[in-house]
Amino acid sequence: MSVRFTTRAGSAARALDGVNLQVRPGEILALVGESGSGKTTLARTLMGLQRPSDGDVLVGGEPLGYSTSALRGFRRHVQMVLQDASGALSPRQTVYESVAEGIRLHHLVKETRTPEAELVAQALSDAGLRPPQGLFLRYPHELSGGQRQRVLIAGALALRPRILLADEPVSSLDASIRGEILALILRLRDTLGLGVVVVTHDLGLAWNIADRIAVMYLGRIVETGTTEEVLEQARHPYTQALLSVVPEIERLTPVVLRGEIPDPTAIPSGCRFHPRCPAVADGRAAAAGVDQDCRRTSLRVLGPAHEHRVACHLDAATDDGADRPPC
Amino acid sequence: MNAADAGPVLLEVRDLSLAYLTSEGRLPAVRGIDLTVAAGEIVGLAGESGCGKSTLASTVLRLQPKDAEVSGEMLLSGADVLTMRWGDLRAVRWAEASIVFQGALHSLNPVHRVGRQIAEPIRVHEESVADDEIETRVGDLLESVGLPRARARAYPHPLSGGQKQRVMIAMALACRPRLIVADEPTTALDVMVQAQVLHVLSGLVHDLGVGMLVISHDLSVLADVCDRVAVMYAGRIVEVGPADQVFSDALHPYTAALSGAFPRIGDPAARYAPSGLAGDPPDPRTLSGGCSFAPRCPRGVEECAAAEPTLVPLSPTRSVACIRVAGRATDEPDR
Repeated sequence: MSVRFTTRAGSAARALDGVNLQVRPGEILALVGESGSGKTTLARTLMGLQRPSDGDVLVGGEPLGYSTSALRGFRRHVQMVLQDASGALSPRQTVYESVAEGIRLHHLVKETRTPEAELVAQALSDAGLRPPQGLFLRYPHELSGGQRQRVLIAGALALRPRILLADEPVSSLDASIRGEILALILRLRDTLGLGVVVVTHDLGLAWNIADRIAVMYLGRIVETGTTEEVLEQARHPYTQALLSVVPEIERLTPVVLRGEIPDPTAIPSGCRFHPRCPAVADGRAAAAGVDQDCRRTSLRVLGPAHEHRVACHLDAATDDGADRPPC
Repeated sequence: MNAADAGPVLLEVRDLSLAYLTSEGRLPAVRGIDLTVAAGEIVGLAGESGCGKSTLASTVLRLQPKDAEVSGEMLLSGADVLTMRWGDLRAVRWAEASIVFQGALHSLNPVHRVGRQIAEPIRVHEESVADDEIETRVGDLLESVGLPRARARAYPHPLSGGQKQRVMIAMALACRPRLIVADEPTTALDVMVQAQVLHVLSGLVHDLGVGMLVISHDLSVLADVCDRVAVMYAGRIVEVGPADQVFSDALHPYTAALSGAFPRIGDPAARYAPSGLAGDPPDPRTLSGGCSFAPRCPRGVEECAAAEPTLVPLSPTRSVACIRVAGRATDEPDR
């Protein structure tokens, strides 16, 4: 899947540049990476908010159509929880109105033959707001940060989606509330069998709840695998660098990468990470004889497979990587 | 002051309390805080939103609202900021102590070049400085935070979040203060940029021998850069000690909950088990008189409601305000 944006200057910004991804029911996938890595664009594309310039979004094997009615049907199954709960809720709508909006839009009362109030109450209590009736007439400013986040989640759950997309679900919450919301996401996965995609830059969050992780860099997935594989046996130098700067006491020597993710209108040749790659800078790549490849040969796009996969010349060249199938 | 010897106390907070007077009554935001920051030392202040940590920061330079009720002392190099004359206060701001405010990403003026903004405190506070000297100083400041000198001519909008934050830090350094207060310096920044900014901050303390008070809700960030950390809850300090110990071996149940919220990657106990704390922080208007954390405390007992616990020293460097922990300390004196 690729997404290109045309900039005002007329050049193409390749926000997503060849991404394969699969989410199964009852699975939590964490998309991690820095700002500018394309993780939010990917989430928006999965939601049908952004049309890919290449590739498809498949839901249960069917390609997603982009007509209004197809999108409406699709969004019943895929719901998004936005980053900033205080900004995402209308300050002039009560909790009831906010949650009921989706129910009305999708005519769920007719379809399920359940009174609206019951559907709203059910969604609120699924999101851990009990007793739900007590919150019906509250306005967002009367709620705590954790409650607001739960109301947003309830709004998504009201449609009984199969997939929940959460963009930084806890980054604006206090530490003590963060755990509660993450526990809620885990519980929803277990009780409702939801597939969940969590977009985050927080590796600790991924360790807390994710089954699988996809690490993104400049529009590509550079490493993917189970949470244990990616976080405990990271093979891509970028993943290793990200891990090394997680603030902790007993830890790796921090590899603080210089600068920021390059501009997607000018993606570096060869491996797109090579200008910042610590393995290129310290000569490890040269020692393995791959530094020219790093600079010149582009890497193949990682497939949607569920094994631990890495897009890195050095990894492919080292002994350790040789017995693994090429990506 | 000789920058090389760490030690002289720059900031001393003595029994500081502050209450906001709101239409819904008196709101005690800070309730009896004692804290010191020495030159060459980074002290962290951790806590959730509403715990009073930003209020405390604003009081360092007497920036609290006029109608707030303040008591106690805020000594900056021995002089009480809270009672000093306006002219003295003006001299202290920027030159003695400066603040890097929260939300720096939106604090830069979009229509002025960053160099001009960094120069502004110099022009205001040191009137006799010549233009070319200011230009040199701005360039030096930018270099000290890891930005090229030429960036002085840039407007804020093309800069990334991390670069804007560096500009804010450069501005805070402009009048060579001895104390810097950084309120949530890395919130809203990416992990990698956060690491870069923290690196810059701790480098400055090391190179310039300034003292720094860093405020954050993220205990793991504080544990990483600070020498000492104080944890605040509902306007009071509930635990203070060396940063690594407070994070890895929390004594107060609240600190334990905070540090548990940031799992150690690779720790099997945290896998599929995010830890949190039920409930919300108390409304400061309706504090009961007992331990303010008791309603949410996993280790609470009946006596907790009786009286607000005070900070009890458990060792020369660590203190905790919790009757459950203080009790344990008497059983295990070497703790």
